[in-house]
Amino acid sequence: MSDRSQTRVLDEAGGFRAMTAVMGIMLFLTVLATALGLGTLGAARTLDRQLAGRLTVQVVDGDPAARDRAAARVTELLRRHPDVLRVDLVDRAELQRLIEPWLGASASSGALPVPALIDVDLRREDAAPRVADVVRRAASNARVDRHEEWMSPVSRFMDLLTALAAALVALMAAATLAVVVLAVRSGLEAHRGTIEVMHMLGSTDVQVARLFQRRIALDALLGGGVGGLAALAIVWLLGRQLGALGSELLGGATLGRGEWTALAAVPLLFILLATLAARRAVLADLKRTL
Amino acid sequence: MTNIVQFENVGLRYGAGEETLTDVSFQLGAGSFHFLTGASGAGKTSLLKLLYLAQRPSRGVIRLFGEDTVTLPRARLPGFRRRIGVVFQDFRLVPHLSAWDNIALPLRVAGVVEADLEQPVREMLAWVGLAERAHARPATLSGGEQQRVAIARAVIARPELLVADEPTGNVDPDMAERLLHLFDSLNRLGTTIVIATHDLHLLSRVPHAQLMRLDRGRLHDPTGALRYPPKAAE
Ligand SMILES: Nc1ncnc2c1ncn2[C@@H]1O[C@H](COP(=O)(O)OP(=O)(O)OP(=O)(O)O)[C@@H](O)[C@H]1O
Ligand SMILES: [Mg+2]
Repeated sequence: MSDRSQTRVLDEAGGFRAMTAVMGIMLFLTVLATALGLGTLGAARTLDRQLAGRLTVQVVDGDPAARDRAAARVTELLRRHPDVLRVDLVDRAELQRLIEPWLGASASSGALPVPALIDVDLRREDAAPRVADVVRRAASNARVDRHEEWMSPVSRFMDLLTALAAALVALMAAATLAVVVLAVRSGLEAHRGTIEVMHMLGSTDVQVARLFQRRIALDALLGGGVGGLAALAIVWLLGRQLGALGSELLGGATLGRGEWTALAAVPLLFILLATLAARRAVLADLKRTL
Repeated sequence: MTNIVQFENVGLRYGAGEETLTDVSFQLGAGSFHFLTGASGAGKTSLLKLLYLAQRPSRGVIRLFGEDTVTLPRARLPGFRRRIGVVFQDFRLVPHLSAWDNIALPLRVAGVVEADLEQPVREMLAWVGLAERAHARPATLSGGEQQRVAIARAVIARPELLVADEPTGNVDPDMAERLLHLFDSLNRLGTTIVIATHDLHLLSRVPHAQLMRLDRGRLHDPTGALRYPPKAAE
C-alpha cells in the first residue's frame, strides 16, 4: 500500500504515545550506559598499555655513595638493554622535593635513607619480567616495581564497570523489546476492527504488519531520536570536561571517532530492533485469525 | 454459464448450540443477480460471511471461482478476497479515515499507485452522491451516508462477486433506487451480485434477479433453480 494511507489507518489509540515516551527514556539511558562502557573500556585499555610497559627500579642502601654507584650501574645496564626504550634516573633534588611534605626537612639532610629511583619505559610489554631479572642480578639492593601489579585493582575495577555497562545495555534492550511487544498487543486489540476490515479487503498479513511496523518505527524514531540526541549531548559535554582535566588515566576514557559512531548507532539499532519486534508480534498474532 | 459459487450441504454452527445454517446447497452462475431474503435471525449474514470468507463452515463444501475454499491455506485468502466486494451490514468503515480514503482502501490494498486513485475515487464519490463529503470522517456522516461510502468501497475495485448485507437499509427510497441502479450497472459489466435484504420493493426493481429465501437456517428453493447439482442433471 502507498505511504499516505499507511500512517493513518491506525490512529493514536492503543498505547503508541506512551511507547514513544518510553522509547525516549530507554534510549537516553542506553546511550549513556553505552558511553560509560566505551569510556571505561578505553580507559582500561590505555591504562593497560601505559602500565604494562613501565617499571620503576628502587635502589636502597644505607650508604648514599654505594646507593648512587649501584643506581648508576643499573641505569647504564638498562640503557644498553634491547627491550628498554627510555631510562630516567630521577633527579635527587626532585625526589626530595616530592617526599619532603611527608618526611619533613630531615629528608634532605641525608639522615634518612631515601632510595634512588629509576623510571623505565619498555619497548615491549612482555619484556618486564626479563628486564626485572637483569636488574636484580646486577644489584642485590635493587627492587623492581611493575606498575601493572599495583595498578591492577584499578584495572579490574574498570573491567567491572565495562561489564556492568554492557549488562545495562542488554537489560535496556530487553526492556525496550518488551515495551514494543506490549504496545503492539494493545495496538492490535485497539485496532481489531480495522484489521478485520483490512483483511476482508484482501490485505495480506504482511501488509497489516507493515502498518504497525511503520507506526512503531515512527514513534521509536521520534522517542529514540530525542532521547538519543539528549544523551549524546551529555556525553559530549562530559567528554569536554574530561579532556579539560588533563588526567592521563581519564584521558583514555575520551571517546574516539569509532566510539562515537558506535554510540550513534545505538538508537538506530534500537529502532530497527523495535520495528522487527513489532513485525514478529503482529504476524504471530494474525496467524490466529482467519 | 460457469458457476462462481457452489455450496454443497454446508452447515454452520457457532459454538456448541444448534446449527445456524443447515444443509445449504446452491450455485450461482457468473454474472447472475440474487436477492437473499428471510426473517431476522434466519442466517442471512451468516451465509454471506461464508461467501466472503470471513467464516469457515462447520461442514460441507464451498467452492469459489472454481476452487474449494474450505481447505484453502490462509496465505491464499487475500487473493480471493480481492475478487469479492463486501458491503457489511454494520458498514465497518475505518473510523480514522475520511470517506475518500475509505473508498480508496481496496485499490491501495491492491497496490494501485496514488496517481491512479484520484479519478476512480472521485467518480465513485459522485455516483453515491457524496462528492461534497469526501473529507468527512465516518463519525460525522449520517447512517445513510456511511452506507453509501461502504457501497462505494465495495464496488470500486470492480469485484467479480459483490456481496451486500442490507445495503439499502438506511437510505430513502430515491437513494435506494439509485444504489440499486449502481448494482445493476455493475452486474451488466459482469459482476455476480448477492444482496441480502428485507426490502421486498427492491425485488421488483431488478426483473432478472433470482430469489433465495432462508428460513431458520435452511434455504428454500421452490423452483429448484438454485440447486446444486442442478435438478436437470439428476
Ligand atoms: N458470531 C456469532 N456467534 C454466535 N451466534 C451468532 C453469531 N452470529 C450470528 N449468530 C446467530 O446466528 C443466527 C443467525 O444470525 P444472522 O446474523 O446470520 O441473521 P440475519 O438473517 O442476518 O438477521 P438480520 O436480518 O437481523 O440481520 C442468529 O440466531 C444469531 O444470534
Ligand atoms: Mg444480518
